[in-house]
Amino acid sequence: MTDKRRVVMDAAGIERSLTRIAHEILEKNRGVEDLVLVGIRTRGVFLAQRLKKKISAIEGKEIPLGILDITLYRDDLATRQEKPQLGKTDIPFSLQNKKVVLVDDVLFTGRTIRAAMDALIDFGRPRMIQLAVLVDRGHRELPIRADFVGENLPSALWEDISVHLMEKDGEDCVIIEVGKEKHPGGNP
Amino acid sequence: MITALTRKDILGTKELSVEEIELVLQTAESFIEVSTREIKKVPTLRGKLVINLFFEASTRTRTSFEIAGKRLGADTINIAASTSSVVKGETLIDTARNLEAMNPDVIVIRHSAAGAPHLLAKRLKASIINAGDGAHEHPTQALLDLMTMKEKKGRIAGLKVAIVGDIAHSRVARSNVYALKKMGAQVVVAGPATMLPRDFGQIMGIPVYSQMEEAIKDADVIMMLRIQLEREKQSIFPSLREYAQRFCLTESKVRLAKEDVLIMHPGPMNRGIEISPEVADGPYSVILDQVTNGVAIRMALLYLLAGGARDV
Repeated sequence: MTDKRRVVMDAAGIERSLTRIAHEILEKNRGVEDLVLVGIRTRGVFLAQRLKKKISAIEGKEIPLGILDITLYRDDLATRQEKPQLGKTDIPFSLQNKKVVLVDDVLFTGRTIRAAMDALIDFGRPRMIQLAVLVDRGHRELPIRADFVGENLPSALWEDISVHLMEKDGEDCVIIEVGKEKHPGGNP
Repeated sequence: MITALTRKDILGTKELSVEEIELVLQTAESFIEVSTREIKKVPTLRGKLVINLFFEASTRTRTSFEIAGKRLGADTINIAASTSSVVKGETLIDTARNLEAMNPDVIVIRHSAAGAPHLLAKRLKASIINAGDGAHEHPTQALLDLMTMKEKKGRIAGLKVAIVGDIAHSRVARSNVYALKKMGAQVVVAGPATMLPRDFGQIMGIPVYSQMEEAIKDADVIMMLRIQLEREKQSIFPSLREYAQRFCLTESKVRLAKEDVLIMHPGPMNRGIEISPEVADGPYSVILDQVTNGVAIRMALLYLLAGGARDV
């Protein structure tokens, strides 16, 4: 418990998790028909791209991939002091009657996913929305759960869990560290 | 790279920093997509109130602000001076204070007096956006012009931009010169001597021509200004016909500019006076792109001013 920073998932672990999730998505949806992936900015997009590659390698068919920025749908915009940078949303296909798999890196309070679902529904009426995450760290504040989970990592609220991906961070790993501000006993 | 505007108001491009302009342009690019959706509305400014207070005629700018507010989920109210208590003799400050009592988050104002938005900005808690004050500034027009140039040319720095027409009475010209110079463009202006303010070139630090041909030579962008027909009586030009002969952008004049020149006009156009119909509707014209981008720029500004928490 004295570790301030520990790696809980390495590159091979991430790779294995994504391979399993790709198979699970195909199993649950019985193939790729009407299946689309939507990655949530920023790291959800990279995970969705990797899943897309794996799915096409398994099934030999390409599936559409969209990019979603949820900033405009956040429920904390009016109260947050720090404003997030608005990114581009790019969903160049209809979601009408599609089976949408939302992809994000960490599932935490569930508020991001709530915002993402509101955004998706503004693009049409999908037949269903499923959720794939690399890490589920618990502490839900909304009745939301993931359909596909890479790793369940029960964590304390004062811990920070961060997913590092090659595309953005130059390495593949998941790290738990003691947060700077949230520790009940002050900064350790 | 900054991610937020710390200022309360947008009064002019003169006081905006390069970083602020870049943030507005980048944010606006993200908003383009919202207007292409089937459901062109996001809930970002739900429960916020935007008042459009227009003391001068406007279709484009007022509609653009109204659409921008609505697409962000804000409530937007339009007040035209002709139907307001202004005609009963109420002063600007009294009108504004009464509006403030209804707790708006943003007031967009157009007024014939330069400095009117600045007065409100000082006195009111709401964010003020200048939608044109006299012959002073029209910052949202300049920002949408920059956005259109960046979209079409991929950059602003190094572009030669020629602004032609009634420079003296043009808030569009002023706001564009300030913003373009900051972003590294090479700006030149041209117009009849009666429409060029004395020392304009010296004060702004740009070349000024009385021959249009010299200004538009090798230009990447030609921005034509509207001749304010209501000013013909002020004898700043002898006749519309003479003006058109010298300063109308025709196809033969366009050939003096670069091959891939962009033709811009802030609207409303006087076809056949400052711009020929063939040019206005021609392949180089991006006049309607300017209008489309205008909504995105105004969405970006409303979002950046009203979208987050206000420092208490």
